[in-house]
Amino acid sequence: MAELRMVQAVNRALTESMTEDDTVILLGEDIGAAGGPFGATRGLQEKFGPDRVRDTPISEAGIIGAAVGAALSGLKPVAEIMFMDFITLAMDALVNQAAKARFMFGGQRGVPMVLRTPHGGGLSAGPQHSQCLEAWLCHIPGLKVVCPATPADAHALLRAAIADPDPVVMVENKALYAMKGEVDDAPAPLQIGRARVARPGRDATIVAYGAAVHWATEAATALARDSIEAEVIDLRSLQPWDEATVLESLARTHHLVIAQEAVEAFGVGAEIAARMADIGFDELDGPILRVGAPFTPVPFAKELESAYRPDAARIAAAVRRTLD
Amino acid sequence: MADPLILFRTMLTIREAELALARLFADGEVPGFIHLSVGQEAVAAGVCAALGPQDSVASTHRGHGHAIARGISLEGFFAEVMAKSTGLCGGRGGSMHVADLQRGMLGANGIVGAGAPIALGAALAQRTRGTDGVAVAFFGDGALAEGAMHETLNMAAIWRLPLLMVCENNGWAEFSRSDTQVAAKLGAWTAAYGVRHVEVDGNDASAVAAAAEDAVAAQRHGEGPRVIEARTHRWRGHFEGDPQRYRDPEEAARMAEHDPIARSRATLLDAGTPAATLEVAEAEARDAVATAIAAARAAPPADWMAALSGVYAPAGA
Repeated sequence: MAELRMVQAVNRALTESMTEDDTVILLGEDIGAAGGPFGATRGLQEKFGPDRVRDTPISEAGIIGAAVGAALSGLKPVAEIMFMDFITLAMDALVNQAAKARFMFGGQRGVPMVLRTPHGGGLSAGPQHSQCLEAWLCHIPGLKVVCPATPADAHALLRAAIADPDPVVMVENKALYAMKGEVDDAPAPLQIGRARVARPGRDATIVAYGAAVHWATEAATALARDSIEAEVIDLRSLQPWDEATVLESLARTHHLVIAQEAVEAFGVGAEIAARMADIGFDELDGPILRVGAPFTPVPFAKELESAYRPDAARIAAAVRRTLD
Repeated sequence: MADPLILFRTMLTIREAELALARLFADGEVPGFIHLSVGQEAVAAGVCAALGPQDSVASTHRGHGHAIARGISLEGFFAEVMAKSTGLCGGRGGSMHVADLQRGMLGANGIVGAGAPIALGAALAQRTRGTDGVAVAFFGDGALAEGAMHETLNMAAIWRLPLLMVCENNGWAEFSRSDTQVAAKLGAWTAAYGVRHVEVDGNDASAVAAAAEDAVAAQRHGEGPRVIEARTHRWRGHFEGDPQRYRDPEEAARMAEHDPIARSRATLLDAGTPAATLEVAEAEARDAVATAIAAARAAPPADWMAALSGVYAPAGA
């Protein structure tokens, strides 16, 4: 058992996968000599050499396109896109090529690649370095999308993503990179698609992922002072997502709130709400409520960004409203 | 040196297959969009003759010739384009996605310019694994307007990857003259990246094959990317059914003078190949295509349940 920051847990997962499997290679901007913009790949080029930890030009379309070609040719590339905002430049390779190859080639071969990319605000990084765009990717058949909230899950999800025979996007919340947590020395493999109960409770279910898991837990702690026991479910995997665990919780609490950092409209929370309004209809004793960002770009000024980002108070208020 | 008779046979098969596709399309037996490469067969035949089984090819929306020259099953090809379950892709891809990964055919592509970075990745895989394989990216002259092309050539150049980019320069970017869309001449463009550019008569399969053999031999010994520009003609529209109102009808007459198959035939006869040998080759190409079409017609339609479960690998795979 070791206490690691999330960014170190990512580094450890990469190190382990690369040690076990010499078809795993890393591609990205400044990931080699510079150790990665957030330090996730620090030391790996020294360890595995410049051919396996390859510094790329500032060419997001080329990076992901090359990852697709390498994956179709027997390698397991793990590409890093420096900020999730920059996936816009790589969308053809990701959406039209990586996601579709298995299906449109009749199952001849999959594209076993991983895209790691940081999302999220709170750093005054402004409208083009803060977005949470994961819902776009969850909407694409053929992609898997995971988003860890803890160092242990960052490690386990990345290990699972690299082992997966299909393309997986691991979205890493950059505000959580410095967060510390225990990581087992030899954790059991995690299956993509399994949620985690981050905090048990009986009165309401809060489903969250990424940084919002921590806001939800904080909200649950505040609600407990008023004897409201909220259960917090950390989705961990967004596509596929763990419908069974959410439904099972809803069947006990009968109230559902979904919290996310991303823009609320048309988001991951909307999908969960729609599914639970269908298969969980008979369990509901109150409206399903979403807590997410307003329908604006992420602002730069600290005052604006803190008004923009969801927080524990808004999640707690939503729980009270559905219980009302 | 590629055998001119083999090149002739490959071109015949492509021509027979595509003319048959045009008929099947007109008769409603081929749904969707198809883009024919009639007139451009020498490029596919010549380049693929220089490749071995370890090499990879990323193709374009006008990719039937590349796939056939790469040696895919004709029956699987026709079944795919005719939307049958026995198609190379189970009827899920169609004409713009014909692929045979076992044969290093990384797929036709519905997105202009998108095959190039995929071939770049295949070349990267070859180099990373220490093989002597190469990857070919076919592209049209219109594709040079796509950003991915520039990223690809730059990355291949800085990493010295065995990527052979083959431009089928037919003068057209879909419905427009490519010289109204792309400012750079291909040779100047490649020179800017320090990459060697070779121009070749794209209607002469032996000349294309020689250029490709030269490039591939150098790349098997560690040389980086190269670009071959094969000047050729697109005899038909951008897609089947294209009325081509943008095109001078006299261009068609001029193009026929450069028919790569007629030229190949004349050269073979001049070199002493018996006419009977060529006639047998022609009959065999016709028969192979007819047999493949008959098999595709008899095959069951594409299977929805198989498609539905084919988005991801089965659990536990």
